[in-house]
Amino acid sequence: MEMLKFVKRVTPPFVTGTVMTPSGAAQRVKTTWSRQDRWGMIRSRISAFRMAYTVEPGIYAVGTPTKDSEVFVTANYKLTFDILRRSLTQIDAWVLVLDTKSINVWCAAGKGTFGTDELVYRIGAVKLDSVVEHRRIILPQLGAVGVSVSEVQKRTGFRVHFGPVDARDIPAYLAMGRKKTKEMSTMRFNILDRLVLTPMEINPAMKKYPWFALAVLVLFGLQPSGILFSSIWHTCVTFLLLGLLAVLAGAFVTPVLLPFVPFRSFAVKGWIVGMAAVAGAVLIFDPVPLHNILLLASVYVFFPALSSYIALQFTGSTTFTGMSGVKKELKIGIPLYATATVSTLIMVGVYKLKEWEVL
Amino acid sequence: MKYLASVTTLAYRADKCAGCGRCVEVCPQGVFEIREKKAMITDRDLCMECGACAKNCDFGAISVNSGVGCAAAIINSMIKGGEPTCGCSDTGGSGNCC
Repeated sequence: MEMLKFVKRVTPPFVTGTVMTPSGAAQRVKTTWSRQDRWGMIRSRISAFRMAYTVEPGIYAVGTPTKDSEVFVTANYKLTFDILRRSLTQIDAWVLVLDTKSINVWCAAGKGTFGTDELVYRIGAVKLDSVVEHRRIILPQLGAVGVSVSEVQKRTGFRVHFGPVDARDIPAYLAMGRKKTKEMSTMRFNILDRLVLTPMEINPAMKKYPWFALAVLVLFGLQPSGILFSSIWHTCVTFLLLGLLAVLAGAFVTPVLLPFVPFRSFAVKGWIVGMAAVAGAVLIFDPVPLHNILLLASVYVFFPALSSYIALQFTGSTTFTGMSGVKKELKIGIPLYATATVSTLIMVGVYKLKEWEVL
Repeated sequence: MKYLASVTTLAYRADKCAGCGRCVEVCPQGVFEIREKKAMITDRDLCMECGACAKNCDFGAISVNSGVGCAAAIINSMIKGGEPTCGCSDTGGSGNCC
């Protein structure tokens, strides 16, 4: 006989009671953040924790909504949902959460999961036409990449209004009678916005760092009699530290100082910051191994190129880079990065051969 | 902040425009403005090719080769083929995206 399992449905901590709707009970959510919500935000900003940071799709209530209250549509990435409910303080509204596989609105709209089909399906699943009497829904503006207003209207009767980009502007948007100022419909990307993104630039770069470290140790440690470290310790440490510096220059300094670094190309920006960092470190610390001209040259060829490559990755996190531009950068950049890497290997190779007195 | 100059694939045909203003409503970069009941492009270099305008233009006045402006996604598509997508979560990779 099959065992009967009783799964206790755990009520999430942001829920405070329920509201009845024609499609069943909707959970009423708080508009405040608990310590747990804040900790969740931090974890999802610094690690892969974000991949499973999710809320159940469906309809939620904020305050005491009626048949005339506004409906806000959002993604089921918990941080997105949290930012929306926090912006609805003192507003009675419905929140319709789409299943975006716990991805934020912008990325999910790009992929199509925050899209016309899911929206149409979810409107039907929660019987939205009987929850509210009006026929309008408010979507975050960044969802427009995935949602066709006219198709949603044709298939559901609901008219999509694209609200502000930033949920914090919702009260002002409502006060203006669902109208946006230009500021409300353009993306903000100030120094703080960029700063919070840097942990997820440094993190993936540092995951590859051990391979770089291994390559340095093997390259410099290689001796005719095997791999010896004692005599080359100084050289290894110099290269390992410069590697760290290049990662910081590309994944932290370039994103944070983005508008202040000259040129529009991210590859060029990264190279400039990397070059400044390497030159600064070499001048200040004057590492003895770099008194060798071959090693000095290889350091200047390789590390700024590494910073440049890492800085280019930040294009995936900005609010203003397009595909054609990034493709152009890569088309020019990749052959240069390859050339820099190969010439570095050649210079280090020649240095080793001289050391072994072969040359 | 602006990205590279003169690279966007954004194309706009004023003769098809009905002046509904949907493009102004959806563009996150303020590329469009309505002047004399027609949309017009303010600065092409602001365009990030997200495709929101083209998707929501009911009159077929706008076209853009939209896609993600993300180096990791484009490098991935070069290696594995196919279109660049914001797919870090699918691959369980580093999660370095958006």
